[in-house]
Amino acid sequence: MTRPLRTIVTAPPQAKRGQVITVRASAQHPMENGFRHNERGQRIERDILTDFICLYNGIEVFRAKLHTGIAANPLIEFNTLAVESGELSFEWRDSGGLSTIAKARIEVI
Amino acid sequence: MSLQTKAMQDDPTLNPATFWIMDGESMWTQKPSPQSPACSECHGQVNTNMKGVSATFPKSVKTRLLNLDGQINQCRTTQQQQPAWPLESKSLLSMSVLIANQSKGMPIVANQQPETQAALKAGEALFKQRMGHVNLSCAQCHDERYGMRLAGSTIPQAHPTAYPIYRLEWQTVGSLQRRLRNCMNAVRAQLFEPDAQEWLQLELYLMWRARGMLVESPGVRP
Amino acid sequence: MTIQRRDCLAWLSTIGLAPHSMAFASTDQAKQAIQILVGDQTIQTGRVILDIPPLIENGNSVVMTLRVESPMTEQDHVKSVHVLAEGNPLPHILSAYFTPRSGRAQVMSRVRLAENQRVWAIAQMSNGSFWQGYADTLVTTSACTEER
Repeated sequence: MTRPLRTIVTAPPQAKRGQVITVRASAQHPMENGFRHNERGQRIERDILTDFICLYNGIEVFRAKLHTGIAANPLIEFNTLAVESGELSFEWRDSGGLSTIAKARIEVI
Repeated sequence: MSLQTKAMQDDPTLNPATFWIMDGESMWTQKPSPQSPACSECHGQVNTNMKGVSATFPKSVKTRLLNLDGQINQCRTTQQQQPAWPLESKSLLSMSVLIANQSKGMPIVANQQPETQAALKAGEALFKQRMGHVNLSCAQCHDERYGMRLAGSTIPQAHPTAYPIYRLEWQTVGSLQRRLRNCMNAVRAQLFEPDAQEWLQLELYLMWRARGMLVESPGVRP
Repeated sequence: MTIQRRDCLAWLSTIGLAPHSMAFASTDQAKQAIQILVGDQTIQTGRVILDIPPLIENGNSVVMTLRVESPMTEQDHVKSVHVLAEGNPLPHILSAYFTPRSGRAQVMSRVRLAENQRVWAIAQMSNGSFWQGYADTLVTTSACTEER
């Protein structure tokens, strides 16, 4: 991937302190598993997103490792405690080491 | 399609085709070259001025029968002086998804133009014609046997209300023509040429057959 | 049906005639992968709930929800959970790493499933113990193998 991925982040803009919030993140990526062939019968090279990391004001609160068994245009939904106002960041890394980061602000009252 | 697939379609944060809408939105306001206008320069805002447009295609435009893809490429070549986008290319699909999405929730309009009636009859004949080694017509499955099962899946009525779709089988967005190719491959029929009128005639008939049904684009299908 | 096919593949491998098409992960490969994760610890069954539809329309995109019962406190929480498939070309699907700030040890994603199979979820707790759960599923249209 040479340009940043398109991503969608769904996170509540506001939450009560101590509330468990649900966050959903997805990225536009073919997750080419390396088992498919082109019209000429040649194997299409593997190219997948391998890591997803969520930071909450810089602290890692959730991480996932993705393999070829994850569907194209990957989606991950997970939870985190609303502890303080600030910034959630969502990083997607691919097998070549390229990284795309999306952000969301949260106000905790 | 299953309830889960429907849920995936109905929620834009679950529907992967949303990425293609986003791609289309950024292309809408971009000039393809310094001398060419952006789509927005002629058509204004996409979410107001493109409302209902895709629900009226295919139609005859200056004596040519065009579907939405054809109209987009017509604009590309004549108004923007750019090469036409290849069928199934990311650019053409993104633009097609963007525009079709503007008709979401609106009824499909049956084409009434006198000059398309011959094409409509031709499309109906194609729909009812047996084809391929398997020797089946579209009508035999989709008119006579919808609701029954084929290889574990329920046979649909096959209305093109949701195109372009994100097809799980393709793991990407694709056009109605691509889906029709899949069907014709399934009955081991020889495909029409990529630029053949038959595709447009079939699409015209399918849209007439689905008249009044609400546009769902972009859909998610297995 | 599946068992006969695996036996057939194994026999063909031993006589050097394994089919050229990709070999699917077998139960053994998945078990091996689990073994590498767990070492010589025992895996207890329970607390791990893996939710996959029992009948799948298209294996290319299957919604999978995974939940592990845990208070998710600093002292007692789920550290990680690993999802492995018995019938995909490669067993590993997803690994999720939680923290005491996760609130709930739960993750949802969309996965690919190549054929009728059992999918395992192995969780490791903060005290080092391993727990497992699984789901069996039937796949109508296979992922990884159909190309159109």
